[in-house]
Amino acid sequence: MSTHTMANPGKNVLEVQDLSKSFTVSAGSGGSRKLKALDGISLSVGKGETLGLVGESGCGKSTLARTLMMLETPDSGSVRFDGADPFAFKGKELLAWRRRVQMVFQDPFASLNARMSAGQIISEPFATHKDLYRGSAARSKRLNELLDLVGLRSTDAYKTPQEFSGGQRQRIGIARALALGPDLLILDEPVSALDLSVQAQVLNLLNELQQQLGVSYIFISHDLSVVRHVTDRVAVMYLGRIIETGVTEDVFDRPLHPYTAALMSASPKLDPAMRPAKRIVLKGELPSPLDPPSGCRFRTRCWKAQDICASRRPEATGLGADGNISLGLPTIGPAERAHMAECHFPVSSPAEAGLVPA
Amino acid sequence: MTQTLNAPTGQQRAPKPSKVRLGGPSMFRMLLRDKFATIGALILAVVILVALIGPTLMGELATKQNLMFMNKAPFDPANGWAYILGSDSLGRSMLARLIVATRTTLMVAVPAVLVALLVGSLWGVWAGYHRGRRENISMRIADIIMSFPSLLLAVVVLYVFSPSVANIVLILALTRIPIYMRTARAESAELQSRTFVDAARTFGTKPNSIIAMHVIPVVTPTLLTLATLEFCYVMLAESSLSFLGIGIQPPDVSWGLMVAQGRQYLQTAWWLSILPGAAIVITAIAANLLAAWLRIATDPAQRWRLTLEKPARKALKSLSKEAK
Amino acid sequence: MMELLDSQRAAEKTLTTVLAVTGLDVDIRTPTGTVRVVNKVSFTAYQGQTLALLGESGCGKSMTAKAIAGLLDPVASVAGGVVALEGKDLNTMSARARRAVAGPSLGIVFQDALTALNPVYTVGTQLGEAFRIHRGMNKKQARLQAIELMRRVGIPEPEVRASAYPHQFSGGMRQRILIAMAVALSPRLLIADEPTTALDVTVQAQIMALLRRLREEENMAVVLITHDLAVVAEEADNVVVMYAGNVVERGPVATVFSAPTHPYTKGLLESVPTHAVRGDELSSIPGSPPELKNIPAGCVYQDRCPMVAAICRETRPELRQTGENQFSACHFSDVLVTQAGNPTNDHSLTSPQLEDNQ
Repeated sequence: MSTHTMANPGKNVLEVQDLSKSFTVSAGSGGSRKLKALDGISLSVGKGETLGLVGESGCGKSTLARTLMMLETPDSGSVRFDGADPFAFKGKELLAWRRRVQMVFQDPFASLNARMSAGQIISEPFATHKDLYRGSAARSKRLNELLDLVGLRSTDAYKTPQEFSGGQRQRIGIARALALGPDLLILDEPVSALDLSVQAQVLNLLNELQQQLGVSYIFISHDLSVVRHVTDRVAVMYLGRIIETGVTEDVFDRPLHPYTAALMSASPKLDPAMRPAKRIVLKGELPSPLDPPSGCRFRTRCWKAQDICASRRPEATGLGADGNISLGLPTIGPAERAHMAECHFPVSSPAEAGLVPA
Repeated sequence: MTQTLNAPTGQQRAPKPSKVRLGGPSMFRMLLRDKFATIGALILAVVILVALIGPTLMGELATKQNLMFMNKAPFDPANGWAYILGSDSLGRSMLARLIVATRTTLMVAVPAVLVALLVGSLWGVWAGYHRGRRENISMRIADIIMSFPSLLLAVVVLYVFSPSVANIVLILALTRIPIYMRTARAESAELQSRTFVDAARTFGTKPNSIIAMHVIPVVTPTLLTLATLEFCYVMLAESSLSFLGIGIQPPDVSWGLMVAQGRQYLQTAWWLSILPGAAIVITAIAANLLAAWLRIATDPAQRWRLTLEKPARKALKSLSKEAK
Repeated sequence: MMELLDSQRAAEKTLTTVLAVTGLDVDIRTPTGTVRVVNKVSFTAYQGQTLALLGESGCGKSMTAKAIAGLLDPVASVAGGVVALEGKDLNTMSARARRAVAGPSLGIVFQDALTALNPVYTVGTQLGEAFRIHRGMNKKQARLQAIELMRRVGIPEPEVRASAYPHQFSGGMRQRILIAMAVALSPRLLIADEPTTALDVTVQAQIMALLRRLREEENMAVVLITHDLAVVAEEADNVVVMYAGNVVERGPVATVFSAPTHPYTKGLLESVPTHAVRGDELSSIPGSPPELKNIPAGCVYQDRCPMVAAICRETRPELRQTGENQFSACHFSDVLVTQAGNPTNDHSLTSPQLEDNQ
């Protein structure tokens, strides 16, 4: 895969700095409370690159996706798409931006309107973007192109979603997202609802599409084996923050953050050779996002937690090229490929994480 | 396991060459599959036809009084065909009066239902889609209208203004708007959180277009069912207004007014109120049967039930009985 | 069929059979006719071992479990076969006799813990119910037992939490309560129907560790129903692979996963993105499973099989022995057996069960 060498390392499609979003949750008679769904998220996506977002339910990864799609408005922070802030766009500019960022949803059943045919669903975006493909001939040509692209027959356009299997429905969802020719696709758990044998088909399709069209992906998933297979870089989220980020192999094989180590260790492996020498089973469960722990958010479940973890939020810690752990925030640019984690006591070696025998 | 119980997708529709169109069995075919709905549709067709051309055919018969021929019992061939349904206290033909009343009744009920349906649905869908303050204010208005005794409101308004057909329609529509609003709002609020609506938002589709494309088609069957039920309610409401003397004014006549006028003769001449009452009930039931069918026929997930052959439908019925 | 099972029993004389299912058929009546959703399914679950029923959605694995537990929907019915729990055939029993036998000696854990618990009773009351009904305890005794049970399944502060309602627990905790309910009467057989599908990876690891521990403590047989190959690889001793209502392969996990002798099992194993490198094409199974009402004559897997031949379209293969305790329903299982002997096979999974490191 060519993206591994990152043809254009300086060229980022998307840059997000310090993005925060909170929701107001009514707490009965006691008034309302703030739920901080995103708490200072920074990330970037290069051209033709796939960034994985990993985390457990409630960590804020879906809110992040919705905010990037402008379905939610952030409280603070900046989003730069090709250097411009989409939240400042209006009218035509906004519509033009919409074409460049599209989304594929998790549930291939709920994300398609059962009252429309596959053809109507895929060409739905053209109704809003009227000047993109003028005339019904151009549109039906584009529709056939899209059907072909995702591996459906042109006669499938007349069928309703109920007549398709789960995998085929997800192909329709992907075709709809590609209809406007986007540069960035946000894939929110695109294969979680699919059976294993079909999942591989859809992952292969996504891979082919990326090579063919050069689109960037943000790939959200809780399935670590899938994320490892499809992403270039990965960001691990916990309670609204990215706690570790880096090139996929680095994060998977040499996790710095104890939470990442626990995630890698806990996910079941088919191949006994890949199984951790010693499995870390975390104690307790995810704290309520309404009342996150002070300092480091992971400290309540961390086996390395000490007093300082409760009092001070850890700075991002990076593993330098020389292999030493250094402090400092990553700057946007080539350094974004650096392997960083927010922890006072990062895991020093794969052996400590139990991933290889000590 | 559910997929095994799903719609039979066996018969593949032939691909249509040019335009992308939502395929499906024709509505007429599906109607014929449902015996009750067919009967309902036939009855409604007759009622509408009678309302359209009946009064002209009857001519003077409905108003011709014959005091020597009062309160004749129905179904007596000796009285001649015009009096086959008997005569009223002024010796007018019941048949002719029923036919003439059909038009007045529909002229009040149909526009009242349509106006309330249109205004209430659109308002409700809009409020439910946008949520927030728009929803709150709208629903409080609906609450106010609902909590105010509608008959009292009607009495006041129709007393102040003249009780014309237009005013009756407006007052009946106004008091029934909240019914549609509440249903439309609830469904729309649920729909706006669905993923396919989110998908449309990500294309930059404007709220009104989303409402038109994704919300209204889903909400419409429910609202149409509600409207047919409301049709019965409005007919009855009109009759109570007429009974109070602020509804249809004689010499005009509606089914409701006929029921009201016949009430004092209930002991001696039952047909005066029972026959128009039966007309109301039969029309209402016919509308209900059609509504039940319409609900299924417009829902792509349920529609297959109407494409099954007879033995299969019997099996389906016995299945659902057992499941209970 | 019987001969096969007998030979299997003979080979494993030291093991105590808890559940023996032989030729189980389940039919569903639909408007368009009767559909066989489980066809001649046979397997044996042994004391102290975990048997996995593996398959994709709609393959009949849940129906099999429900038929064993006597929890079929009214539209479904057992059409034949023997379900012997500790030697007693449950299918021929009256409903009352069945309750008396299966009530205490068969426990079941469902996927959706929230709907499996009654929202209007405290969990203490619900857990105590089994003791009141089957052990004739009074309220106070039952509550003490319930608290003890909650402690055993790792719920913190059980004395306090016993008075809480199901919605006040997190997903993982609710699943623990369900497990506690299932093992309350020390059953001989525990059926776990996708017990961790709705849970996050770190919580899944906790629940699986709990199930393993309870299995050892109670020395019960566990039937684990899942679609997750990695979970089967880590948790189960024996596996039954189902496809379109039929058992296509059966045997010890270690051998079935390292040397599959049915093309479906092989295809599934190869679809898992473990060995593949970023961007590599995943091998996938083309098409999707047949609809149960249109299952082809002959082999159920013929439409997706790479090895399909004329005979597969005509006769349905019976389960045949392909290795020690390994059985496959394929006309060409011999070919696969020879292939598996070749060193080219990269699924060299031979190491034993994962140790529990909790």
